Amino acid sequence: MKPRHKKLAAIAAGVTALSVAAILVLNAFQSNLVFFFSPTQVMANEAPVGKSFRIGGLVEMGSIQREDDSTRVKFAVTDTAEVIPVVYTGILPDLFKEGKGVVAQGKLAANGVFQADEVLAKHDENYMPPEAAEALEQAAKAQKASLAQ
Amino acid sequence: MIPEIGNFALILALLLAITQGTLPIIGAARGIPSWIALARPVVQGQFVFIFIAFSCLAYSFVTSDFSVLNVATNSNTELPFQYRVAATWGSHEGSLLLWVLMLAGWSVAVSVFSKQLPDEMVARVLGVLGLVSVGFLLFMLFTSNPFDRLLPAAIEGSDLNPLLQDPGMVIHPPMLYMGYVGFSVAFAFAIAALLSGKLDATWARWSRPWTTVAWAFLTIGIMLGSWWAYYELGWGGWWFWDPVENASFMPWIVGTALVHSLAVTEKRGSFKSWTVLLAICTFALCLLGTFLVRSGVLTSVHAFATDPERGIFILGFLVVVMVFSLLLFAWRAPKVGLGGKFDLLSRESLLLANNILLLVAAGSVMLGTLYPLIIDSLDLGKLSVGPPYFEAVFVPLMTPAIFLMGIGPISRWKQMSLPTLVVRLRWAFGVSVVTALIMPYFMGEWKPLVSFGLLLAFWVIVSAFVNLKHRLSNSGHGGLFAKLARQSRSYYGMHCAHIGVAVFIIGVTLVNGYETEQDVRMDVGSQVEVGGYSFQFNGVSDYVGPNYQGIRGDIAVFKNGEFLRNLHPEKRTYNASGMTMTEAAIDTGFLRDLYVALGEPLANDAWVVRAYHKPFVDWIWLGCLLMVIGGFLAVSDKRYRLKIRKKDEVVMKQEEKAEAEEPADAAEVPASAVASNPAMATETRKV
Repeated sequence: MKPRHKKLAAIAAGVTALSVAAILVLNAFQSNLVFFFSPTQVMANEAPVGKSFRIGGLVEMGSIQREDDSTRVKFAVTDTAEVIPVVYTGILPDLFKEGKGVVAQGKLAANGVFQADEVLAKHDENYMPPEAAEALEQAAKAQKASLAQ
Repeated sequence: MIPEIGNFALILALLLAITQGTLPIIGAARGIPSWIALARPVVQGQFVFIFIAFSCLAYSFVTSDFSVLNVATNSNTELPFQYRVAATWGSHEGSLLLWVLMLAGWSVAVSVFSKQLPDEMVARVLGVLGLVSVGFLLFMLFTSNPFDRLLPAAIEGSDLNPLLQDPGMVIHPPMLYMGYVGFSVAFAFAIAALLSGKLDATWARWSRPWTTVAWAFLTIGIMLGSWWAYYELGWGGWWFWDPVENASFMPWIVGTALVHSLAVTEKRGSFKSWTVLLAICTFALCLLGTFLVRSGVLTSVHAFATDPERGIFILGFLVVVMVFSLLLFAWRAPKVGLGGKFDLLSRESLLLANNILLLVAAGSVMLGTLYPLIIDSLDLGKLSVGPPYFEAVFVPLMTPAIFLMGIGPISRWKQMSLPTLVVRLRWAFGVSVVTALIMPYFMGEWKPLVSFGLLLAFWVIVSAFVNLKHRLSNSGHGGLFAKLARQSRSYYGMHCAHIGVAVFIIGVTLVNGYETEQDVRMDVGSQVEVGGYSFQFNGVSDYVGPNYQGIRGDIAVFKNGEFLRNLHPEKRTYNASGMTMTEAAIDTGFLRDLYVALGEPLANDAWVVRAYHKPFVDWIWLGCLLMVIGGFLAVSDKRYRLKIRKKDEVVMKQEEKAEAEEPADAAEVPASAVASNPAMATETRKV
């Protein structure tokens, strides 16, 4: 091979490698997107079945139930319009409290209970996760609209 | 009164920064010596005023002056003294003040340690730094003044976020900012080179130590952040691919590429435009990181207040910097020239491949970090990108880069023959494959991914030693120690940093492969087995801390029935904010960490307890530390301390003198080539 051909071959190899990398990246990207749904959207069957997604809102007052012989805990997430029951096994973050904002990631079981495998910690008491804040806002808007009718 | 002095000092600093950003640059362009000479004193003056402002803010925090809004929202009379000092940079406003203080400090350092640089060059570099400073001072004065008053004054402050009340957090921000701001010096050097049109090996030699120091500080900053997350957040993880972490990681990756590209520019004069572009990109990513962290678009401990005005200002500043620099680059870069040619297989081409891999990695991190923000701002829904994405992408991209780390340092500049390379490295490869295959058995279980990770790590370490051995056999007479002493510090620095990467990989591989994590319900007196250790829960007791109420757990650790030690994880409730915090208890060891944290109380004095066994986890930070040490070793190399004259011939002469002391691969260059091309001979010897 002439040096010029060598160089061309190297460039071709480089471009191929980069394209393969790009395909791998985009593929991994596509399969790891986690979407967010509010309790109202989940109730309206907008959320995917069998795929992991996030829900957010407030922890409903009086809804936390801890099982005494295991690390399982049940609570409910609400956007003030709808309520979704959640089950989680493990230790909840420090700032997880009734009446405060929360975001949970997991799957929706057939019986309508959200099986969370991750409950996200907030870092500040007064801080509301933006997703949760928006879910509340949307629900409030919807309620106002229905009252006006 | 004190806060007003601080505010006034800031305004004066802004005026000086404006002077620093204009007159010296114009002076350098027009050739006005008095304007050029202005650069150094103005820089030092600006530093003095910013230092006064910073001291004023620190004073307000220490004396708990709650008539200052910033103090009232981030401090408290019960807060221990050291955290009141640290609270100075614990808030959004204060951290910006720390940023400009760092910037002024770096500028002073440039003005002091640049005696050997031409005055116009210094004027341009300091001028660009002045312009950056103007941007940040304006931002502070208009959107986030740390001295804003609160009238009437608050009776009590509302406390520093308890997560930040920790020694790690006291030094993490200053280190990270030293890194961020340090890259603004690299950026200033790049812009100065574009402005002057003079971009050569000498330029690279000036800007290289600054870049390496910035990179080392950024590494420390990220390392401390990761370490803090490990012991303070109570989940036992060390990296979460959180957007805030990514914000500091992206400039680090591109900065690493820049450090390597600068090596080529200094040694061979190639990659010039590329180096300049990388310097601009690194700084832009530092600004992007600041935007992500400071604008409140992210949910995190760093997002203090969601104020769109601030986000828009930083974004605007970022756009101005990018547009201006890239236009200047497009206009001037063709003048910069291409530099030396190199073969398909040479150290240059290997470093180029490393650069491309690093940039693709940075790009994929950026995609995962920014995509959710873009989708959200376009109102297309809310989503997040999970850590599995980053892991799935980052590992395959870094694998070839790490493989190249073994080959690069052994290859020669300009051209390298493949057979020689194979002969030199086949033993290294064999040894690392065999060791990597056997080692996992000693950990108890053979796992393919562990073996693979270890292979990469051993490959880097063994090839570094092969390289050292080869180099020593080529460095003339004398005993082993005489030969060792003859190698340059930058050579050791490089290997130290590379071995640091290997140690880091070992830590990550082994902790991912063999860690045991258990969240269990524990009655008083009950035991749980984790990774060969038994943990016995002996109940909890209450105690009172300086500004919190604590619950302290008592857990006894046994190995093979023998008592090892007691661990005391805590749960704290802070008085001022009412926030609850988990303090993990960790038994640190060279080969493993034992990690326990308290979860929640259950009935009958039982608790949910988190007990982890983490083998080799400390190697992660040990590896980072080695990279940092490597960086500082490289900077302390004597060639950066030589008085560099403005003319290249002198530089060449000195280089030859230096090289006579440290001959390298020269022995392998055919004598005829040396004879026919003396210039090439000098080039090849510059290893």
